[in-house]
Amino acid sequence: MKQAMTPEEIKKQKPYLDWSLTEKEYNYIADQLLGRLPNYTETGLFAAMWSEHCSYKKSKPVLRLFPNKNARVLQGPGEGAGVVDIDDGQAVVFKAESHNHPTTVEPYQGAATGVGGILRDIFSMGARPIASLDSLHFGELTDPQMRMKVAQTIKGIGDYGNCMGIPTVAGETTFDPCYQGNILCNAMSVGLMNQKDLQQGKAAGIGNAVMYVGAKTGRDGIHGATFASADFSDENATQRSAVQVGDPFMEKLLMEACLELIQKHADWLVGIQDMGAAGIVSSSAEMASEGQSGMKLNLDLVPQRETGMSAYEIMLSESQERMLLCVVKGHEKDVREIFNRYDLDAVTIGRIIEGHDYILEHDGEEVCHIPVSTLTDDVLEEPSTEREPQRLQTAREEPVWQPVVNEPGQVLRQLLQQATIASDEVLTQQYDSQVRTSTVVGPGSDAGVIRIRGYHKGLAMTTDGNGRFVYLDPEIGGQMAVTEAYLNIVASGAEPLAITDCLNYGDPNDPEIFWELHHSIEGMATACCIFDTPVISGNVSLYNENNGRAIYPTPMVGMVGLIKNLDHVISSFATHAGDDVYLIGQTGNDYAGSELQKLMTGQISGTLSKVNLQRIQEYCGRLHSEMVAGHVTAAHDVSEGGLGVAFAEMLFAGKTGMNLDLRDLTAPQLFSETAGRMVVTVPTAFKKEFENVMGNDARWVGTVTNTHWLEGHLQGADFNEDLAELKREYKEALPCQLKLKD
Amino acid sequence: MKIAVIVFPGSNCDVDIYEALATVCHADVQYVSHRERSLAGFDAVMLPGGFSYGDYLRAGALARFTNIMPAIIQMANEGKPVFGTCNGFQILTEAGLLPGALKHNNSQQFICKTVPLEVVNNQTLFTTKYQARERIALPIAHADGCYVASKETLNQLEQNHQVVFRYAAENPNGSLRNIAGITNRRGNVLGMMPHPERAVEALLGNTAGRRLFESLLANGTVKA
Repeated sequence: MKQAMTPEEIKKQKPYLDWSLTEKEYNYIADQLLGRLPNYTETGLFAAMWSEHCSYKKSKPVLRLFPNKNARVLQGPGEGAGVVDIDDGQAVVFKAESHNHPTTVEPYQGAATGVGGILRDIFSMGARPIASLDSLHFGELTDPQMRMKVAQTIKGIGDYGNCMGIPTVAGETTFDPCYQGNILCNAMSVGLMNQKDLQQGKAAGIGNAVMYVGAKTGRDGIHGATFASADFSDENATQRSAVQVGDPFMEKLLMEACLELIQKHADWLVGIQDMGAAGIVSSSAEMASEGQSGMKLNLDLVPQRETGMSAYEIMLSESQERMLLCVVKGHEKDVREIFNRYDLDAVTIGRIIEGHDYILEHDGEEVCHIPVSTLTDDVLEEPSTEREPQRLQTAREEPVWQPVVNEPGQVLRQLLQQATIASDEVLTQQYDSQVRTSTVVGPGSDAGVIRIRGYHKGLAMTTDGNGRFVYLDPEIGGQMAVTEAYLNIVASGAEPLAITDCLNYGDPNDPEIFWELHHSIEGMATACCIFDTPVISGNVSLYNENNGRAIYPTPMVGMVGLIKNLDHVISSFATHAGDDVYLIGQTGNDYAGSELQKLMTGQISGTLSKVNLQRIQEYCGRLHSEMVAGHVTAAHDVSEGGLGVAFAEMLFAGKTGMNLDLRDLTAPQLFSETAGRMVVTVPTAFKKEFENVMGNDARWVGTVTNTHWLEGHLQGADFNEDLAELKREYKEALPCQLKLKD
Repeated sequence: MKIAVIVFPGSNCDVDIYEALATVCHADVQYVSHRERSLAGFDAVMLPGGFSYGDYLRAGALARFTNIMPAIIQMANEGKPVFGTCNGFQILTEAGLLPGALKHNNSQQFICKTVPLEVVNNQTLFTTKYQARERIALPIAHADGCYVASKETLNQLEQNHQVVFRYAAENPNGSLRNIAGITNRRGNVLGMMPHPERAVEALLGNTAGRRLFESLLANGTVKA
């Protein structure tokens, strides 16, 4: 097939501008890297590989701020997913990925293929996915279209994960007008492996085969990578061609076949990589680059489900459920036999060649011949200009908003019905959270907990992000995102190991947005250093804007922790009457960005207090030792809605209540969202020991009672609420707002 | 007693039922691929949950055409225990080993939760370790669990004591007469939407399903 345009026509007509390649980049490629004009196919490959989605050219300088090593980290960023040692020769593998743009345009397929993509990242490392999590941020439910989008997104995640047989065990769902035109759909997957099975995305060894396995290639998703690297506007709101279609059944077969190959015949395999964003080109070029190899592919051999596809389309298709393998010469047939047993294609499409060139043939013609490094290593890093957003300056000069709360019980009831706080059971029960029968703690707790078969240990996992705080103060907001994840992991009884992230921001060419990106990463990095939770993998999603309005900067933190002894899993539900209730951490007047502020004023404003990360790390360490000693019966982190909501949530699973003496707190402080706090319950027998260990960092605030009422006394105000009523409102709020129920 | 767990393409609760039998109940159990044609040497067969063939066409509709099905039907005809949960139940109805069919849930949604059940018949070889009319709770996780059959079939099922489990509080999927699990006339083939294999360990919070497997192990060996 002929190229759609000649190199000269490309130079003149500049189609690459529509593919988000700049004129400066095009000229650099032509003049400096190739010394000639790139042809049509080559130009397309450059546009995809040099997109932010593939190259991180904008975000790389700031991503370097993240710590990504400690004694347990076996594989940091750069491969399909990060890998952490969990003893016994085993490792946990995890990563999160955003699928914001596709989900906004086509929520069902966008969310489904988001799950599919992250799962491939996990099993391409040689790990079996054992749990999924999500982090979803929607617009307000008063918009009927948003209600449909919520339903379709949830169905997409559920249908894919359920069919794959991987439990979705934790996550978060928030609602805010800033996501009205640009939903955030972040999916995280956690896998388990034997360290000896660790794979790399590498192609090497002259004569070795490049094998294509999995589903056939179609025209779907062409330019998904560049699509994710440009703003939304009403004009391109119907860019359906850029959205891929998922087939979880195909992926299940692909997963089983890949894991069989990796676990039983590792000696046949040099490397393996998912064909994710930018399809064949990114997987093959990255594998060749990693192996410092040359590669020659014959595109006529690529299994295709449409006829007449051009080289450009074949290379850039983002058809799902495909993987690329580098197989030791002579074992092509063996590999094919495994995949054929799963009714999957496995085709040799090329070879590793001498030198460092990347050569593509199509229809008997050479359609691309360029050095591998030009696609992967020579990307022009874009220096960004940054400027502190004006709103932050303004906020520092404005008077501090002080809420007035006369009837705390009434306010608590209202907060429990806010979409972000209310029970999301109506959504999470559409996910199979129990398949693989290892879910010790499922949705609705601080963290999901999965046991590891054959051992008495487990993994705790959570996703957290609060764009409101990051919007008000990127650095402190970034610290708070990591802190919340850290507290969720500690609350479940685990030792935090490491994090993955999805960095969701607006257009980084806006200096204020780049400033947000930079400073929130600094905040996250500081917290990760202090908590010793390095960033082992992650994903950047920029250009989350709709008609020029950016979302709140919303970094999502996915943290995993190790529970060395499953006897020490801590419930977030206080079910033992008579236990003492303690508040860990200090409570300030932190209403900026809180649910209380949103409820009372309809918006958010103000400045954030500094977070004492060192102290949090220090008392969480002592609290963990008390948990291991068996002195803690329940623990729940204090986040949206503050203490009031935390107390109530701890009591929704049982028939108990609490009687609380909070007389050194003001009524609004019941809803303050100061970071780094947790509510725990302690049997009276261990009271003394617990108090000795925790010192000033734990304050006795009351007891668990055997009446199902939440009673408390604040400075100048009391509350006494029927928990059965609160629970009913908490459970029914979201179904009502989704109009599933009147 | 030797038990086969069939692995169809897309089965995903195969591991769960295998582990429930092998690790928890210490039974002699083995995976068998859908490509096999014989179940010689096995005393019982388990059809696991999951999404065989991606639920394409209809849940269970394609799995019934696999190589292994004639061997499963033969075991059923010999009176040996045949058990299907969730997708396994769907396959058993598609294969004609159990009457009726499983439609999309009334809610049109996949639903995963623990639901109360009544053990309607504790005289089957799968349920002798339960009390008559005992209330238990088991997890469900399905999109197509609404049991339907003709009125005559439903009446026959009830007359012959083929209804083994009923939803005891809410009806989560719209099943007629709250049916959650049934046997064939002979009583050796049991299909149910709830997942007993997910409820066999205290660590995971529920052990109500364990007695189903223990009943099978106690009663299941049938002379061919």
